[in-house]
Amino acid sequence: MSQRETGARTRDEFCRAIETGDPFYLACPDGHGSVPPRRVCPDCGAQSLTERSLPDSGRVRAATTVHVATSAFADSAPYVTAIADFGPVSLTGLVVGTAPDAVEHGTDVTVGIQRVDERQRPTLVFEPR
Amino acid sequence: MSDADVPSDAVDAVYFGNFVGELADGQGHHGPLVAESLGVSAPATRFESACASSGVAVRHAMRAVEHGDADVVVVGGAERMTHVGTGEATAMLATAADAIHEVSAGVTFPGAYALMADAYFDAFGGSRRDLAHVAVKNHAHALENEYAQFQSEVSVDDVLDAPTVAAPLGLLDACPVTDGASALVLVSDAYARDAAVELTGSGQGSDTLALQDRDTLSRTPATERAAADAYRDAGIDPSAVDLVEVHDCFTCAEVFALEALGLYDPGEAITAAREGETWRDGQLPVNCSGGLKAKGHPVGATGASQVVEMTRLLRGDHPNSDYVPDASTGVTHSAGGTVASTTVHVLEVAR
Repeated sequence: MSQRETGARTRDEFCRAIETGDPFYLACPDGHGSVPPRRVCPDCGAQSLTERSLPDSGRVRAATTVHVATSAFADSAPYVTAIADFGPVSLTGLVVGTAPDAVEHGTDVTVGIQRVDERQRPTLVFEPR
Repeated sequence: MSDADVPSDAVDAVYFGNFVGELADGQGHHGPLVAESLGVSAPATRFESACASSGVAVRHAMRAVEHGDADVVVVGGAERMTHVGTGEATAMLATAADAIHEVSAGVTFPGAYALMADAYFDAFGGSRRDLAHVAVKNHAHALENEYAQFQSEVSVDDVLDAPTVAAPLGLLDACPVTDGASALVLVSDAYARDAAVELTGSGQGSDTLALQDRDTLSRTPATERAAADAYRDAGIDPSAVDLVEVHDCFTCAEVFALEALGLYDPGEAITAAREGETWRDGQLPVNCSGGLKAKGHPVGATGASQVVEMTRLLRGDHPNSDYVPDASTGVTHSAGGTVASTTVHVLEVAR
């Protein structure tokens, strides 16, 4: 993906781009990263946001194994949720494809989309590389 | 109102904190409802800032009095949550987190604080056992507090052996789901010069709603900003603080608060309860009320209830006042969401 000016991108467009293998984030002229839905840079208020390719790999900043879930995720519990640093942005996702205790600080992950909650909404998932 | 000896027709405004009335009871728009229940016809407003709802209400009540807009404000809050099940309560509390980025990825409210605890342990060290001492202390402090939800002790082993909610946090690291209410009467100097305790400083801070958008997960800069403003407003620095009521929705939250309030350096508060420093007979008594952990956390009531508890501690009619007879300056800290909204207030014994 090249850099192209965008008005605003929705969460659905963000998730679809991950599903089709072309994930992006938004950058303002000063280089602050953010993820949709955004029309304005949350760091500096700049109103010109550009789509850029999301780095392929993120690194886990924090993780927890959730045992008591909301009803939407009750069937998945216990599960690991993590925040991973992708460079210009960090993302929060459900960790799949590994045992809970295999996820640590510094674990490298890729991002994908699954529909795991009861309403089949898109859920950001991380898979260890 | 009877404690303050203020008649209902003297009230200029009612400020009320509530978090999830719509979800729990199908009831929003609490301002008029609460004024009616007080027999007051003054303008009434509801404030919502998650767990800091009535902390924010107290701040605005103080400003109204300071700016001369009101001489008497009744400010407080209430919450009802125990009549819904654990799943529903978990979902309600999760609305204080970011629905798009966090809740959609399975983050619960305990899960969000667990992520912060995980980051803290990674940055500074510390253990579940250190955190357990916070719970043990706060339960011990609540034993004689007739307003506490739990007037019962827990042991370190009880905390460590409790079921895990979101690792590393277990059931006894978490404050309970609570029904409750709080209220205080804030008056101007012009109305009454004989109040025993004065609210002398107020600060508020905000942060990104989602944890992922913060530079650090092991510190809480919104509290740092709120504290700086409150100390400046009161003309004090952290060394003047004799005792504090902090927002210990989870054991780790007490640690984050003490560091962000400037009472401990980053990474240093984790052992404070274990070392006895923050017990009621320690060098810096923390949560003499029992805290959210044992006093309970009726979300919308909590921020104002801390001010009520601190007032009683300072004026000498709290069950734990005897432990802090010389205390003259207290600080209350209320945090909403994962410390995305924070208020800090300074209370001083009137001179």
